[in-house]
Amino acid sequence: MALKIVKGSIDRMFDKNLQDLVRGIRNHKEDEAKYISTCIDEIKQELKQDNIAVKANAVCKLTYLQMLGYDVSWAAFNIVEVMSSSKFTYKRIGYLAASQCFHESTDVIMLTTNQIRKDLSSPNQYDTGVALTGLSCFVTPDLARDLANDIMTLMSHTKPYIRKKAVLIMYKVFLKYPESLRPAFPRLKEKLEDPDPGVQSAAVNVICELARRNPKNYLSLAPLFFKLMTSSTNNWVLIKIIKLFGALTPLEPRLGKKLIEPLTNLIHSVLSLFIVKYLGLLAMSKILKTHPKSVQSHKDLILQCLDDKDESIRLRALDLLYGMVSKKNLMEIVKKLMLHVDKAEGTTYRDELLTKIIDICSQRAYNCLWYISILVELTRLEGTRHGHLIASQMLDVAIRVKAIRAFAVAQMATLLDNAHLLTGNTQRNGICEVLYAAAWICGEFSEHLEEPMATLEAMLRPKVATLPGHIQAVYVQNAAKLFATVLRGQEGAPADSTVAQETSQLLIDRLPLFVQSSNLEVQERASCILQLVKYIQKLQQKDVEVAEEVTALFAGELNPVAPKAQKKVPVPEGLDLDVWINEPPSGSESEDEGRKSKGKAVFAKDESRHTKPRYTEVDEKELAKRREVRKAEQANNPFYIKASPSSQKVRRHSVSKPNPSPSFSLRLWMPMSDQYVKLEEERRERNKADKKKKKDKKKREKGEKGRRRRGDSGPESEEDITPAHMVDIVTEEMPENALPSDDDDKDPNDPHKALNIDLDNCPLMDYQVVVSVIFENKCDSFIKSMEFNVLDSLNSKLQRPDGAGPHDGLIVPFQLPPGISNEARFIFSVQNIVMPQKLKGTLTFIVKTDDSSTHEKLDFKLHFTCTSYLITTPCYSDAYSKLLESGDLKGCSLKLEGVNQPFHHLLARICFHHHFSVVERIDSCASMYSRSIQGHHMCLLVKTADQTVSIDAKCDEPGLLGNVLDEIKLTFSQC
Amino acid sequence: MQFMLLFSRQGKLRLQKWYVPLSDKERKKISRDLVQTILARKPKMCSFLEWRDLKIVYKRYASLYFCCAVEDQDNELITLEIIHRYVELLDKYFGSVCELDIIFNFEKAYFILDEFLLGGEAQETSKKNVLKAIEQADLLQEVYEMV
Repeated sequence: MALKIVKGSIDRMFDKNLQDLVRGIRNHKEDEAKYISTCIDEIKQELKQDNIAVKANAVCKLTYLQMLGYDVSWAAFNIVEVMSSSKFTYKRIGYLAASQCFHESTDVIMLTTNQIRKDLSSPNQYDTGVALTGLSCFVTPDLARDLANDIMTLMSHTKPYIRKKAVLIMYKVFLKYPESLRPAFPRLKEKLEDPDPGVQSAAVNVICELARRNPKNYLSLAPLFFKLMTSSTNNWVLIKIIKLFGALTPLEPRLGKKLIEPLTNLIHSVLSLFIVKYLGLLAMSKILKTHPKSVQSHKDLILQCLDDKDESIRLRALDLLYGMVSKKNLMEIVKKLMLHVDKAEGTTYRDELLTKIIDICSQRAYNCLWYISILVELTRLEGTRHGHLIASQMLDVAIRVKAIRAFAVAQMATLLDNAHLLTGNTQRNGICEVLYAAAWICGEFSEHLEEPMATLEAMLRPKVATLPGHIQAVYVQNAAKLFATVLRGQEGAPADSTVAQETSQLLIDRLPLFVQSSNLEVQERASCILQLVKYIQKLQQKDVEVAEEVTALFAGELNPVAPKAQKKVPVPEGLDLDVWINEPPSGSESEDEGRKSKGKAVFAKDESRHTKPRYTEVDEKELAKRREVRKAEQANNPFYIKASPSSQKVRRHSVSKPNPSPSFSLRLWMPMSDQYVKLEEERRERNKADKKKKKDKKKREKGEKGRRRRGDSGPESEEDITPAHMVDIVTEEMPENALPSDDDDKDPNDPHKALNIDLDNCPLMDYQVVVSVIFENKCDSFIKSMEFNVLDSLNSKLQRPDGAGPHDGLIVPFQLPPGISNEARFIFSVQNIVMPQKLKGTLTFIVKTDDSSTHEKLDFKLHFTCTSYLITTPCYSDAYSKLLESGDLKGCSLKLEGVNQPFHHLLARICFHHHFSVVERIDSCASMYSRSIQGHHMCLLVKTADQTVSIDAKCDEPGLLGNVLDEIKLTFSQC
Repeated sequence: MQFMLLFSRQGKLRLQKWYVPLSDKERKKISRDLVQTILARKPKMCSFLEWRDLKIVYKRYASLYFCCAVEDQDNELITLEIIHRYVELLDKYFGSVCELDIIFNFEKAYFILDEFLLGGEAQETSKKNVLKAIEQADLLQEVYEMV
């Protein structure tokens, strides 16, 4: 022993330990990377040694380096080695490293299953503890499936230390392997009343997490939690329980009443003045949902919070305001918000403010004139990223609300005229997106323009060429629309035709600028339109009236299409999208192969075939390689011009304009929305007055009733506000026979969805299945000491004698001389019979020959089909028809083709293989019945005609039925 | 809880614990972003902030920031309490803990955290029990080292 200590300390002397490493890193501040790379080299050497102490030390250092951001995934296998050490000191380090470095894609995790299982069942509770802790960090679906049973056993461990860890880790297991929830739930529920407070709080934690996601499945636990809430003194547990009730109360309104008293008691006893502002705002947003009026009165306070230094508080307040907006206070709140936009610090907050304003308005604004003016005002914002958002709102409103188009067009024309203010500074280019909308609106609804000629001129200014390509494209296209409108106006007037020709000349002069554009879209549209205008000018010179025809180019109205429209188009009957239109040519590879071999056989010396290049053979690697080569070539080729954004930037700089004075832009736009607020107020007053008049009239007519009404007419109620004008709102287009479905938005990847399992319908007891196994000795030696063992799943367990561990095998009670067979029976308990199951097992035995005996092992799989859960049960026809009439059974059907056997053979097969009995048979039609071990009824109606057998089946458990039908299908496909 | 980070005023990571499976790359990006965001905040600002779809709860103790990310529906106060309890545990274990204790004994800091939280949930609210478990595990370790 003494020698060992000496040896150990000598080892240590030469190695750096963790402290040395940390100190070293701190001393090498200048060349940290270099120092660490030498350390990593040392560690690699250490990992190659056999001494586990050295290895553990190396792994410990790696864990530290991993935290600093260095890649240590190459050492994953060494980590597993250290994990498997029998010494707790090293095991602990190994598991720590694993929990820090492993994630789901680490492939060595597969190797750890057995080690973890061993550690979980270790007699030392701390071994079990580190295994559970580590597992909680890197559990994968495979690990969860394989270890769920072991962890469930640990939930009833004698030591509370293990119990609480096991309970907590079950939550991770449920997330990875949802099937484990149902069998584990009764035990989990039991732990809510565990004598140890730690275990109890762990169980509360897990159930609260589960219930928060799928509250309705946990309603039945409410009384239990209520008891806990009134009895527990642990604040940690109380907070969780109250959160849980928060999720349950909306589902069960009666709970709310019951909760008031204990909750007020709690609030009185727990008084915390910590970070009140934030939580106050948070609480208000909760209250807002149920009692909006009581929050409305604090509106000024909340508006004040928008001035808070702290962004978190400002964002919370903004959220709250968003929820508070009603038709009545919309204008006021938005006006305040607009003021904040001006003085807001930080672009993120300002952008948030902007999106919120647009959000608020887009959902609730009923005065579209005012909304448009707000949008125009928002374009003043410098450096915002949300130009496209504003643009899309402008387009949306202008397209949907016909009544305001004239106004919108006028506003947009002003915007276009002042476009230089938006584009002058390259820093502000986010906002120039609105010009896209402005140009489109002016073009599309150009009939509303007062001075189309001026707008046309504004759209063709040379500065436009500095805008991004997609906007220029819209400019060009809409200039053409405007041109049409202008022509119509000019030709209608009695003025001389030279005016119209001058307009054409304007286009012909200005368009070439766009024809030179580097953007293809702009170039194409511009040259197209240029040619068109040139042609028009020719006609004009011959005094031909062209306006009508030019306008016809842009006739027709564009309607918005709902984003989901495409998805909702039903597939026409008889159209199968998965079927080939033309049969694909048979696999080129095999054909090629075939041709080659054929060629060889016929023309023995045909070399030319082999020299032919074979394009089909280029594989991924080759392609990647070629791509690399090409890239390298391009990089070295000075004549190859890459599509880099830098060239565009340079151009933009060269024409950048001096910064426009902000005061000017303010004067230009500021009063707009205020003006509408005022108008709106006036209108409201008028409305009120009108109503009052009406009411007075009524009062005179119906004395008493009127008086009572006037009593409550004081505060203006929601209904008192009528829309400013009857808007004709164009709804989004949907295909005619759209399928109604609202669940397109749900995220199918949410892991919690899989945990939505109805726990109250849990089978209360296990069901037994007897498996009889026939052992036949086919060798010439004597076989003895057979031991039968199966790896239990959560659902199916081999019944072992009392006192045997969960992994012990069962001894087969006989020996087998050569050539002899015998049968042994094993009992399994099964919980869920809906799904077929496969269990892995091993049979160990001793083969005895004359001179020696060897220990052998045989792996096997036990397949529990759903059929095996059915019991042949006779049923009388009247009971059978009653069963079918009851309507509790759900149906499913199956068609088998090409069955050429007599009908009675067919029935016999179903009876024999699938445990059914015939209830009644008439000609080529028969009804059959069977019952599962859990009492599910299963009814079949079997018909046959022309070698086709159709089976209509009904059962109260559709999952089970589907699986049984699949098995029946399999039986017939095998004959 | 999704993860916990400890970092210094200089932005150096001192401890990290992830309770959600993420690749190393994502982890690095998240911690870099968060450290920057939090260091930029002034001392009197709120301890809670909304970040992506998570809530960040952080608190500064001397030169160290303790930062936890919880989900939208989780309670901020209990998270703050968890941070504080963890600091108390470190303090009890190391005896008036300082940043250097955590740097040089970082594995111990992890062991304490693992006894206190498991899979992102508090597993033991009693300080006494956590420290007892750690002491006994340490004892076990020393016994092995003696042999």
